[in-house]
Amino acid sequence: MINASLKELSSLLAGGKTSSVELCTEYLNRIEALNPELNAFITVDRDKTLSEARAADARRARGEAGPLTGIPVAHKDIFCAEGWLTTCGSRMLANFVAPYDAHIISRFKAAGMPSLGKTNMDEFAMGSSNETSYFGPVKNPWDPKAVPGGSSGGAAACVAARLAPAATGTDTGGSIRQPAALCNITGLKPTYGVCSRYGMIAFASSLDQAGPMAGSAEDCALLLNVMAGFDSRDSTSLQREKEDYSRDLAQPLKGLKIGLPREFFGEGMAPDVAKAVEAAIAEYKKLGAETIEVSLPNMNLSVPVYYVLAPAEASSNLSRFDGVRYGHRAAEYRDLTDMYEKTRAEGFGAEVKRRILIGTYVLSHGYYDAYYIQAQKLRRLIANDFIEAFKQCDVILGPTAPTTAFDLGAKNADPVQMYLSDIYTIAVNLAGLPGMSLPCGFGGDGRPIGLQLIGNYFAEARMLNVAHQYQLATDWHRLRPAVAA
Amino acid sequence: MSLSHQDILRIARLARIRVTEAEAAQTGEQLNGIFRLIEQMQAVDTRGVTPMAHAQEVYQRLREDVVTETDRRAAFQAIAPQTEAGLYLVPKVIE
Repeated sequence: MINASLKELSSLLAGGKTSSVELCTEYLNRIEALNPELNAFITVDRDKTLSEARAADARRARGEAGPLTGIPVAHKDIFCAEGWLTTCGSRMLANFVAPYDAHIISRFKAAGMPSLGKTNMDEFAMGSSNETSYFGPVKNPWDPKAVPGGSSGGAAACVAARLAPAATGTDTGGSIRQPAALCNITGLKPTYGVCSRYGMIAFASSLDQAGPMAGSAEDCALLLNVMAGFDSRDSTSLQREKEDYSRDLAQPLKGLKIGLPREFFGEGMAPDVAKAVEAAIAEYKKLGAETIEVSLPNMNLSVPVYYVLAPAEASSNLSRFDGVRYGHRAAEYRDLTDMYEKTRAEGFGAEVKRRILIGTYVLSHGYYDAYYIQAQKLRRLIANDFIEAFKQCDVILGPTAPTTAFDLGAKNADPVQMYLSDIYTIAVNLAGLPGMSLPCGFGGDGRPIGLQLIGNYFAEARMLNVAHQYQLATDWHRLRPAVAA
Repeated sequence: MSLSHQDILRIARLARIRVTEAEAAQTGEQLNGIFRLIEQMQAVDTRGVTPMAHAQEVYQRLREDVVTETDRRAAFQAIAPQTEAGLYLVPKVIE
């Protein structure tokens, strides 16, 4: 049962072959057995999960079940969930029990999907390896010496190791797609504004977006149907007609135009990754797709632009953690400034402090135009490149990450090397486009490789169709690490 | 561009984060590496380009001026370190 898809679990529940309580118990037992090694969860609460499972079973008995009622899901610890510890991977919020639900948590509750707990993550979603978490690093289920990617590393690891059939994540610069690639699962970042950010602890508000992480594109479509939708409490939430994101899954790909950006296929991609991506392109051609070369000429600027804009927004968002309004407070202090400075020095980890300092600097008097405004102008050029490219193709394809998962500790001494892990994903967030990662092979080191698809604005259904057709023709997404055997 | 030790201490003060001398030295090295990466932006001519603050052209929505939230003061104050008579008690912030 642990390797079943959401659709299969839905049938088992509908046919009375299992109950939500049985299903949740099985996953909770796996978490109990495997989490001490993987560290994928920060918080697990068996009683809460089983109580939600019993409610889901009762709802089914009343004939009020939806398609996913009773199927459990794990939530990234960035989402406020009423009564659950919500730490965002930080000492600053180590004791924060949220008094309300994030919008997407409410939607999962309304769909009758019990929560299996809160997954580990890089502190305030700042990181590409899950090593910045105050609660320790997550291990990659494919190789415990390797990182799972970040910042949604706990979510990716728990789905890969089948500690949960699905999980939520957030993606500011690749935080769903990169860990999905490194852990051999499927993850989707929707168009900015499709999922509400209400109750999601903010990192960089103009880039952050919630999305699903699961075993396949089909599962991601079902989860996005639950997560997406307008919310008046988020001023950036978009008012759009309700969509069924699984509506186009079965469409054949004949005539599909796949854009291959020449900037994605230059230097920097590991040979194993290049080989796997080339094989995926060949598979798409067999499925009837055409490929054309497109160009994203400002792609090389996406990492520098991101590391101005994201820290600028983060320094503003994280100013609320000052020892007065939210979070940790230093025990002893002389005066108000001393309290702020000590509280923030103790509460934040090194990476978060580094980004706050960058943000403070680029927003400071005399540097604002040279850095912040220049970055916003370049952001426009990067977004325009995509708009031009999509005049020629339906979907853009490339690698998700330049290499397979790297070893724990390998990039900690050099933040720039760590930042370059997201070189292929960041531009998508700057433009606000939807993107996803799906499994497409393994490196010589036995670690997974991800294929990235980028869709046009609001073209999630088409992108999911393109991913699903590939997954019907290949088995990469069905392969599981030994711990999930 | 290169940030001096004094620059790092000044930024840390503006950000209200206490750093020791040793931390400032290490942070300075890392920040200078990051700023070398960021400097690539300066080579591009962006005259005439409108800055892009958001991925979508969103406008502030208006709503009826009516109360939409229920009173949850007790739930919110339950997690506060100190309260009294329905008020939050915070450290002295006006000196």
